[in-house]
Amino acid sequence: MKELRLMKGNEAIAEGAIRAGCDAYFGYPITPQSEVMEYLMAEQPEKRTGMIVLQAESEVASINMVYGAAGTGKRVMTSSSSPGISLMQEGISYCAGAELPCLIVNVVRGGPGLGTIQPSQADYFQSTKGGGHGDYRLIVLAPASVQEMFDFVFTGFDLAFKYRNPALILSDGLIGQMMEKVHLAEQRPRLTEFDPSWTITGKTPDREHNIITSLDLDAARQEKHNQKLQAKYQKITENEVRYEELMTEDAEYLFVAYGSSARICQKAMQLAREQGIKVGLLRPITLWPFPVKPIAHLAPKMKGILSVEQSAGQMVEDVRLAVACATPVEHYGRMGGMVPSPEEVLNVLVNKFISK
Amino acid sequence: MTEEIIIAGFGGQGVLSMGKILAYSGIMQDQEVSWFPSYGPEMRGGTANVTVILSDERISSPVLQKYDTAILLNQQSLDKFEQSVKPGGVLIYDTNGLTRFPERTDIQVYRVDAADAATKTESSKTFNMIVLGAFLKIKPIVRLENVRKGLEKSIPPRYSHLIEANEKAIGVGQEIVVRER
Repeated sequence: MKELRLMKGNEAIAEGAIRAGCDAYFGYPITPQSEVMEYLMAEQPEKRTGMIVLQAESEVASINMVYGAAGTGKRVMTSSSSPGISLMQEGISYCAGAELPCLIVNVVRGGPGLGTIQPSQADYFQSTKGGGHGDYRLIVLAPASVQEMFDFVFTGFDLAFKYRNPALILSDGLIGQMMEKVHLAEQRPRLTEFDPSWTITGKTPDREHNIITSLDLDAARQEKHNQKLQAKYQKITENEVRYEELMTEDAEYLFVAYGSSARICQKAMQLAREQGIKVGLLRPITLWPFPVKPIAHLAPKMKGILSVEQSAGQMVEDVRLAVACATPVEHYGRMGGMVPSPEEVLNVLVNKFISK
Repeated sequence: MTEEIIIAGFGGQGVLSMGKILAYSGIMQDQEVSWFPSYGPEMRGGTANVTVILSDERISSPVLQKYDTAILLNQQSLDKFEQSVKPGGVLIYDTNGLTRFPERTDIQVYRVDAADAATKTESSKTFNMIVLGAFLKIKPIVRLENVRKGLEKSIPPRYSHLIEANEKAIGVGQEIVVRER
């Protein structure tokens, strides 16, 4: 039987990092994700697996340490919360350009600016549309439970290495701070075999230099590099969409929500069904690639779709693109660290679609 | 079975750790649990609250507007959450420091003078366990042997000698809780 523990979401990220065989973590504290590094420091993973944990002098330093270490082919990661992730954007763009596999965790808080420390989902655009410069994509996973915080560290690293691309876990203060039970997977060995085709591990006489850079001043070559990236993103879009459907079989209305909002919508769905309103839930697990086809498939069967996020309405744009006017789509969100209640969400559904 | 609980009081009263022990006790009997605290500025000297859910099924929202049970341990918490108890639900409160008392008549109201009782025991820090005892008397949703296991899991090893005092406090809470309506 797997080991069972009561953990905070942030602690699950940290324990997940150790057990997923992460080689190094670089970070800088910020609420509401400081428990990630606190847990790692207390756990002393250098003694358990040899994993290095380093508090950098800033978020900018953290992501550039990730860039350097990822170039050696090691499993490396960082974590932060919204303002800290904004600081990292240049480095994240460089990682994407240089095709470096790495894991970034964003435990989102209310913004803009320093904002607040309460939960928010207003970093959706930044995460899925490229928060830094240039044409690039991150593989974005959205956990909705503490168990998924743990599991997605494994998934994130696996996808990052499969495609040589940064992966991002987009969580929020609610999932980061809450405790639930977690089934802990067994310890996985740290990555010790390097892919010699691209990693910087010291040149041997039998091969050419491996060069890791995002710079190429030759525009024609840079365009070719961009085309290669786009082809990779296409492949990810085709192969890596993940989502969950709940009670959609007989549903007349649909919630689309991810992360903590999906949990709230699940309760709203139960309350609705107690009143005889047939509601289902589609929960995107990968925010990029976005589950376009599953939503497009369900849309014509629905009388209305309510996209619920703790933002002014970001994911709703992707929902509308997927629905392509097949049925009305509305958005409901709270901002600045406010979390909607299930009753509130149900009222909005009723007011927008049923009793108007 | 699903039990949705809010526990609220002053920071330092042991509100969060009481919730944690309850959550761990649920895990010990194979239930699903969730524990969501108020965090951040409120923790520093103001009010603290935690939503704890125990269920036989997958838990949906960890944040709620209505609760089966509200355990309210200071005036601000009583003022804020009395209206959030579901009709027919349970409100447990401590009279210590209150100037306004529970008013609703469509819920069950229980009083536990835990702060007073705690000063009479060896350790005033067992206050929260007295309150937990009161709750478990009214709603025995977790078995006492699982609470013991929960205590063992959530109390750091250097304080394990206090487990017995905590268990005794649960017993005190079970004895002194009184139903008011």
